[in-house]
Amino acid sequence: MAKSLHLKLDYDQLTNCMRCGFCLPACPTYRETGVEPESPRGRIALMKAVADGIMDPDLAFQKQMNHCLGCRACEPVCPADVKYGQLIEQARDAIEDHANHSVSVNGIRKLVFQGIFPHRKRLKWLGRSLFFYQKSGLRKVVRGSGVMRLFPQHLSEMERILPEATARGVVERLGTFYPAKGETIARVAFFRGCIMDVLFSETNVNTVKLLSEAGFEVVIPNEQACCGALHAHSGEMELAKQLARTNLKVFKEAGVEYIVSNAGGCGALLVEYDHLLREDPEYHELAKWFASRVIDVSLLVLEHGRIPEFAQANTDSSEPLTITYQDSCHLRNVMKSSSAPRQLMRQVANVRFIEMKESDRCCGSAGIYNVTQPQMSGQLLEHKMEHANRTGAKYLLSSNPGCLLQMKLGIHRSGVSEQMEAKHVVDFLYERIVETPQPSDGTT
Amino acid sequence: MLDQALSQKLRQIVGENYYRDDREALVAHSYDGTPMLQSLPDGVIYPDNTQQVAEIIKHLAEHRVPVVTRGSGTNLSGGTVPVHGGVVMVMHRMNRILDIDLQNLTATVQPGILTGDFITHIESLGLFYPPDPSSMRISTIGGNIAECSGGLRGLKYGTTKDYVIGLEAVLASGEIIRTGGKLMKDVAGYDLTKLLVGSEGTLAVITEATLKLVPPPKSKKTMIAMYKDLYGAARTVSRIIEAKMIPATLEFMDNPTIRVVDDYAKLGLKRDMDAILLIEQDGDPEAVERDIERIREICESEKADQIEVAKNQEHAEKLLTARRSAFTALARLRPTTILEDATVPRSQIAEMVLRINEIAQKYNVTIATFGHAGDGNLHPTATTDARDADEIHRVELAFEEIFEAAIELGGTITGEHGVGMVKAPYLEWKIGKTGIEIMRGIKQAFDPHNLLNPGKMFANESRKRVVLNRA
Ligand SMILES: Cc1cc2nc3c(=O)[nH]c(=O)nc-3n(C[C@H](O)[C@H](O)[C@H](O)COP(=O)(O)OP(=O)(O)OC[C@H]3O[C@@H](n4cnc5c(N)ncnc54)[C@H](O)[C@@H]3O)c2cc1C
Ligand code: SF4
Ligand code: SF4
Repeated sequence: MAKSLHLKLDYDQLTNCMRCGFCLPACPTYRETGVEPESPRGRIALMKAVADGIMDPDLAFQKQMNHCLGCRACEPVCPADVKYGQLIEQARDAIEDHANHSVSVNGIRKLVFQGIFPHRKRLKWLGRSLFFYQKSGLRKVVRGSGVMRLFPQHLSEMERILPEATARGVVERLGTFYPAKGETIARVAFFRGCIMDVLFSETNVNTVKLLSEAGFEVVIPNEQACCGALHAHSGEMELAKQLARTNLKVFKEAGVEYIVSNAGGCGALLVEYDHLLREDPEYHELAKWFASRVIDVSLLVLEHGRIPEFAQANTDSSEPLTITYQDSCHLRNVMKSSSAPRQLMRQVANVRFIEMKESDRCCGSAGIYNVTQPQMSGQLLEHKMEHANRTGAKYLLSSNPGCLLQMKLGIHRSGVSEQMEAKHVVDFLYERIVETPQPSDGTT
Repeated sequence: MLDQALSQKLRQIVGENYYRDDREALVAHSYDGTPMLQSLPDGVIYPDNTQQVAEIIKHLAEHRVPVVTRGSGTNLSGGTVPVHGGVVMVMHRMNRILDIDLQNLTATVQPGILTGDFITHIESLGLFYPPDPSSMRISTIGGNIAECSGGLRGLKYGTTKDYVIGLEAVLASGEIIRTGGKLMKDVAGYDLTKLLVGSEGTLAVITEATLKLVPPPKSKKTMIAMYKDLYGAARTVSRIIEAKMIPATLEFMDNPTIRVVDDYAKLGLKRDMDAILLIEQDGDPEAVERDIERIREICESEKADQIEVAKNQEHAEKLLTARRSAFTALARLRPTTILEDATVPRSQIAEMVLRINEIAQKYNVTIATFGHAGDGNLHPTATTDARDADEIHRVELAFEEIFEAAIELGGTITGEHGVGMVKAPYLEWKIGKTGIEIMRGIKQAFDPHNLLNPGKMFANESRKRVVLNRA
């Protein structure tokens, strides 16, 4: 493995780190533990030590690489512009090449990364099964039986907060084309995501309608693939690249000005397709074309759209509705969009936006981190909920499915389900758009 | 690796989790903010209180194992690189504020508290702790004290040493001493407090500090002046001081820095300028207004090409950005950034900058200079690549000549970053043979077996002076 780390790690980036430590206070795992190996500077030093042959990529090393949230809060604060995100992916990729997962973990990884995510149909099947499970009474039986007690607590809690799944994704509900309201400003393509389309398909539908209200005509290519983010972050680099190539072809054909994402996690990988495929002579140019067009829905609406008129939050009471916002790390640190969603939310009439303390800090969701590292994830979530609860917000908004699920979990755990609700920013905005006649959308 | 019995003992003192000697911990404590230095310790320990520190030191001393005290490892002089192995003692767990005394205007803190966190807390109480090293968000008060760190406010308010009035420290024997106290006056014997400030972890481990607080200034104004002539900028600095004004901040950037900053931050700076001064005054509103007006007149009479006084806070921030981005912008140019710390009397700034530029040219290396003009503290910064052995060698030669030039102009080899390993070979240039002897004597008195941060401050061999002795 030392050899493959040596091959895969970008030695220039390792050298670029001048060990100034500016990234330390930004890093959640460092803040929680206060120990150097849990910091970006420390992790880079470990990678470099492995590349230099001072250290073996032993189990502790692998654990440390997996302990990083990949939130990339360390990147914007780095004076030397070290591409930490790329380094950690390279490290994980090399580790994965040699991983000695137990048979069952291997099976699950294979099922998840190769068996399900790359395949729309199977995802839908999964959605349908989940839907069936949730609706059929089977859930009641399972919960009643206490079977869930056999699973770790965080998994059984997850099961409880999972939103209603559906096999009817955005294309099934709206078709592959949705016209603009009024004069068309631009033609855009919508990236629907995997989890988003199964667990938050309502949000996907609302995203398309919000875009239409803002003046965009929306294409939703049905052949689009998963973005590959979960793969890339877990060291399945080759699969991520395959998925990227599919997307490049599909979206190029759509002939659009922007490629819109409503999930920070997906968007962050999409804007880095050019880096992902930097060594692919055939696709690199196309990847650059693609990456330069990817934009988050909030930023697109704010900067290029007609901002819809937002109605009062709750018309019958004059008491303003309190809302707060949890940044999606990847939206903030990689897509560099932190003010657009806030600006839009503030434009909704009769709401009071209260910034929670450390809203820019990772909530601990981080892809599948909350499943693989329940302890650190739980600790971060606990702090997050203390800050969220202090705002007294009715809605806790966010811009990424992983963060949303984590917020739901946090609300459930801190026992404030009566007072607080987690919501996607798009849903919040769309629900408050002043009704104008809708074009028929086939959602009957 | 330490002997089994000793590491067992250390584990007992701090608890299983707080002594580590696995590879990960050793690698992660083998470096600090200084480029190109690395050396593995034998163990890493995280004490929680003074008693533990004392016990740890006692046991290490018995086994003659060195100890390197570490804050956040942001120092730029190799101060925390464990060149002689031994144990790195990280002070982060000792990060409590023990007492804020509003009657005496003092704060008593443990050394591991982050300076930025401390300052935020103090300011929330309506008080002011002026030392503000640019690294304050990451560095610790203990590290600041051990290096006697300075910052942008140093000219008017002084540096860390002016605010440390009492210390608790553990000696090399494991005994605990207290110096000073909540006193503004204290001449009982030698001033051990001031001796420990800047001692770089070579004399004792600081376990508690009492710091002086002051009332915050009422208002602040910021301006920037650009010069085509370096001497015009330098004369401005001297004339401001001559006019008996002490600005809160008086910062400087040379032409190479201006170009890089403008490329990076796109502030629309004029790239053909030889120097930019950034000036801030604080205090009572009328006094600030008057000072800024007079400073502007001086800048004009020294033929500043362009002068801007900030209209509001936002505008001030924009002006400050130029100086703040200097380091960031330079750090992005090449993989290795070597930021040095030569300091001269402020009347010699122009001369020093010219010398630095000549030296850089002579050795064909890139060195940009910025720094605290008000106190003559310049940061000539080389952008280079550690992998290019030949270039690194030339950079080293260039810095050697730069230190020489600084001393020749009546300056010093370091104004705020400390001697550590990097500057040890040059210390004798500054303080002379007798100076070294007396300092070694002090070290001997505090630490007879040379166990506290060995290999720092005193080099086995001083660099020979190649050209010197002219002054
Ligand atoms: C980007 C950057 C900007 C910087 N800007 C400035 C600046 O503006 N001004 C400035 O003066 N410096 C600056 N520095 C240098 C550095 O941040 C300071 O020297 C700082 O005080 C070091 O603090 P630390 O907690 O990181 O200490 P460390 O680097 O961990 O330790 C520094 C020294 O103090 C000793 N030490 C630490 N804690 C103790 C203790 N409790 N008891 C005894 N000895 C101890 C160590 O042994 C070592 O010799 C900068 C550094 C960087 C990387
Ligand atoms: S901020 Fe950047 S250069 Fe500094 S230690 Fe962190 S990664 Fe390295
Ligand atoms: S990505 Fe996040 S968790 Fe990982 S090192 Fe950077 S700041 Fe820390």
